[in-house]
Amino acid sequence: MNALQQLGHNALVALQRLGRASLFLWALLMGLPSLLLRLPLLIQQVFSVGVLSLVIVVVAGLFVGMVLGLQGYYTLVDFGAEESLGVMVALSLVRELGPVVAALLFAGRAGSALTAEIGLMKATEQLSGMEMMAVDPLKRVIAPRFFAGVLSMPLLAAIFSAVGVMGGYIAGVGLLGVDAGAFWSQMQARVDFYEDIMNGVIKSIAFGIVVTWIAVFEGYDAVPTSEGVSRATTRTVVYASLAVLGLDFVLTALMFGEV
Amino acid sequence: MQNTRLIETMVGAFVVAGIAALFMLAMKVSNLNAFANVDGYEVSAQFENIGGLKVLSAVSVGGVRIGRVSAIDFDQEDYEAVVTMTIDPKYDRLPTDTSASIFTSGLLGEQYIGFEPGGEELFLKDGDQITLTQSAMVLEQIIGQFIFSKASEGASE
Repeated sequence: MNALQQLGHNALVALQRLGRASLFLWALLMGLPSLLLRLPLLIQQVFSVGVLSLVIVVVAGLFVGMVLGLQGYYTLVDFGAEESLGVMVALSLVRELGPVVAALLFAGRAGSALTAEIGLMKATEQLSGMEMMAVDPLKRVIAPRFFAGVLSMPLLAAIFSAVGVMGGYIAGVGLLGVDAGAFWSQMQARVDFYEDIMNGVIKSIAFGIVVTWIAVFEGYDAVPTSEGVSRATTRTVVYASLAVLGLDFVLTALMFGEV
Repeated sequence: MQNTRLIETMVGAFVVAGIAALFMLAMKVSNLNAFANVDGYEVSAQFENIGGLKVLSAVSVGGVRIGRVSAIDFDQEDYEAVVTMTIDPKYDRLPTDTSASIFTSGLLGEQYIGFEPGGEELFLKDGDQITLTQSAMVLEQIIGQFIFSKASEGASE
């Protein structure tokens, strides 16, 4: 009976959190018009969320692309189809790996930083201080960070995919001697702009919303102690990564299901 | 103030890099650019069977790509496939009796149209039709014929 009560309690707490998170997201979206009047705040956050994540995304993209090139070559060469390497690298990057891996890196690099920053602001009572001065911390602190994340994620995913294709080119054409013309022409013949690339962009926008939403909410909802902030940061990375992977399956099933 | 300008510049560079990456994906990786450059002259050819030929498949002479398939249609009067090809305008000296065949690159590769230039003095121009054509080899049909001939051999013995 006690265990059952515990389960019910946990379920109610989880539902409450979900409800708070939804109201929080709504309040953030309502903050968009006033944010457009204060663009410097947004630019500042795009810098710390997007630009500073650039290095890890570029390096990871290059290596993921090169590994795809090497690994794909060893499979395809058995069928004499190594010319299809470009198609394989580009499709896997644009449709899946680009948005997903970029979002995972983004959750680890930018999401954790967002949670820690907001959580610490809360723990040191900066947020309540703002409220005292009649400044809405949701609009002044959190909305810029949220929209900066939503804006940066598709750009980072596009950069990841483009650099990854370059990495695949370096590994496939440079190291393994696949014909460069066939690499590009087969890729162009088989990758569709709307079906593949635009759907990848839509995915990355969805991941950007989810990851940043989780990150800012965990920070805002953190227990205002050093332990609470550290827990919230961990939760951000775990929840955001799991959400990205789960959402990726759903989106893939929706987008490419009938193909 | 200097700091703000630096940050704004870097954000600008980041946004430009992101859009450039998307642009590169669109132009270099996908087939979007195929719709952008449709210059060249068009010739068409009728085939009984085009196999796995697709729009954007290559058109080549002696292994050199001179154009792409721009449209595939079905003629309801002859019951044949009509393939329209866009040929690069710099290759404007193809004789009118050029023959077109559908080949496969490798055993399982992509299908493409190969031209075999004839000896005519007149050259193909926009809107012309190639009359000498050879259909695609469909692997299943060849295997089917082979099995059928083997079976009839066995029956006559």
